Amino acid sequence: MSSVLEGSDFRERPVGTHETLLELDELVVEYETAGDPVRAVDHVNLTISAGETVGLAGESGCGKSTAGNAIMGILRSPARLAGGRILFRGEDITGLDTEEQRRYRWRNVSMVFQSAMNALNPVMRVGDQFADMMAAHERINKKEAVERAGDLLEKVGIDRRRVRSYPHQLSGGMRQRTVIAMALALSPELVIMDEPTTALDVVVQREILEEIQELQKELGFAVLFITHDLSLLVEFADRIAIMYAGEIVEAAPARTLFDKPQHPYTVGLMHSFPPLTGPMTRLIGIPGSPPDLARPPAGCRFHPRCSFCVPEKAHLYARQTTERPVLREVGPGHSVACHLVEEGGP
Amino acid sequence: MSTVAPDQALEVVGLSKSFEVPGTEHFWQRRRRLHAVEDVSFTLRPGTITALVGESGSGKTTVARLIARLYEPTAGQILFEGRAEPRHVNREANLRYRRQVQMIFQDPFDSLNPVKTVAHLVGRPLRIHKIVPRDQERERVHQLLETVGLVPPDVIAAKYPHELSGGQRQRVAIARALAVEPRVILADEPTSMLDVSIRIGVLNLMIRLKEEHNLAFLFVTHDLASARYVADELLVMYAGQIVERGPTEEVLADPLHPYTRLLLSAAPDPNAGLHARTLAARTPQDLAVGQEAACRFVGRCPLAIEICSTTPPVLAEAGRDRMARCHVTAPGGTV
Repeated sequence: MSSVLEGSDFRERPVGTHETLLELDELVVEYETAGDPVRAVDHVNLTISAGETVGLAGESGCGKSTAGNAIMGILRSPARLAGGRILFRGEDITGLDTEEQRRYRWRNVSMVFQSAMNALNPVMRVGDQFADMMAAHERINKKEAVERAGDLLEKVGIDRRRVRSYPHQLSGGMRQRTVIAMALALSPELVIMDEPTTALDVVVQREILEEIQELQKELGFAVLFITHDLSLLVEFADRIAIMYAGEIVEAAPARTLFDKPQHPYTVGLMHSFPPLTGPMTRLIGIPGSPPDLARPPAGCRFHPRCSFCVPEKAHLYARQTTERPVLREVGPGHSVACHLVEEGGP
Repeated sequence: MSTVAPDQALEVVGLSKSFEVPGTEHFWQRRRRLHAVEDVSFTLRPGTITALVGESGSGKTTVARLIARLYEPTAGQILFEGRAEPRHVNREANLRYRRQVQMIFQDPFDSLNPVKTVAHLVGRPLRIHKIVPRDQERERVHQLLETVGLVPPDVIAAKYPHELSGGQRQRVAIARALAVEPRVILADEPTSMLDVSIRIGVLNLMIRLKEEHNLAFLFVTHDLASARYVADELLVMYAGQIVERGPTEEVLADPLHPYTRLLLSAAPDPNAGLHARTLAARTPQDLAVGQEAACRFVGRCPLAIEICSTTPPVLAEAGRDRMARCHVTAPGGTV
């Protein structure tokens, strides 16, 4: 295959340009079950430009982590890619053979998982784990590798002597920092962060997020930030895509999404976070619960929970309950998949 | 002992708990005592939600577990309606206490027996505590399910926990706690495992229950925004001690303790503007724990002065209904 995936030193790359780094084109991921396959990711389109932070938000089971795993190329049975393409710098990675995929992972795209304790080997010193990972990708001797591991740890604010530590000797925040340092080790252009701070206290969470931003400025990698916590994304992402029941229902620049959310689900999510400042009103959240993806509702998947889906508005109701809405642009960089919005709003 | 005061359901006085933990680095090091909770006092009032906030390891869950009598306190007293509860209790006294004080746990996936139906789970406390005659059990279970918003109750009652969503499971746990008609409910992070769109429903349920049933809630959480949403009173815990307390709105509008300020500055709040804030303090690389002669927050504190490393501050009055444990912002305690 071409040299696109060989990876160059990102320090030479321009930062914050709008060249497309990753593109999901009608991505479909299914889980094999005893019955019909369950579609966890259903025709998802998403682009990530070099150096930007894209947030992918949704509730548990909406398919956001599955999408992340697909991009990382780590889908394992019973999950399988059932359609669409994943283009990294224009090249479809779904067609790569095992060895090419192995090289693509970590060098081009790396991943930070939610549970740092599970991502680190408990019986290996931290430095050795870095060395293992580096040795799998390049010719490097142990001493050099551990030396570089020390540099990386310092980058994320950990004393370099911690290369000698075992994971259990580190605090939760330090473990998560270690995992982030490891994800940055081979200078990837895209780092997928799947709930990177969910298990941490708010203070540590904010420190780590600020560090990630600093590192991003310095190193220029793009971030796909997968989380259920929309309030975090509004502060930390450039663009946000909202996922519901396997589909992206709204995507917009972070500020636009916060100021003018259009999809009733996004509006509901925004009204699910009690504010810390300003007036306090009684919030309603979203009634009901997300659908079972083995039997998704017909039409718009959100319609059973949507307060704007009422039989009295017969024409709209018919569309909502039978026709799948598609993403349509409603403003610059802002698209929504909703019949209601299409027909001019409530 | 004081007489039964109608405005207090439960009071804890000087509650402390220490655990023995192994030495940190090597197995041959001496076991040391960890003070998980130290000298904690507060009152839970009927019709009031009191939030206990702090980071993990601050001792907030230990306080809830002490009040639920899952742990024996090392020191201090629990007073129920003004009467001191005996330290060591027999089964009968335990039943009596648990009929008044119920706990809801963080993880509704762990706290419900997976092989029993909802009807069994909610009906069990009715049987154990002999709340209603056997022939009225079914009806009462259905009433309870309706109270927590699980409808239709006959359909829900026949289900097993795995057939329910996280939010529904937590509501079953709440219905089970309500079955014994308690005065006090201890809710330990009841929403942290739930999806965001479901959380607010459980918080609203807590508010409704406190109003309709005149319940006293202790709401243990790490989330200041949820605390602000439901709680009348706020207790902030740090390293086993209460460092600030007062009416929720007042504490959050004008936090006194630097730790409360730190928590506020770290919490995500889209209203506060993008990328606009900086942290009020940092986590030092290695926290010095157990320095008895110093304020426990001194290593992280941006306001620290000399006395902070030599004298531990006490929880001192700082205005009407407000208290804080700080030499700088609540200097009443240094005298």
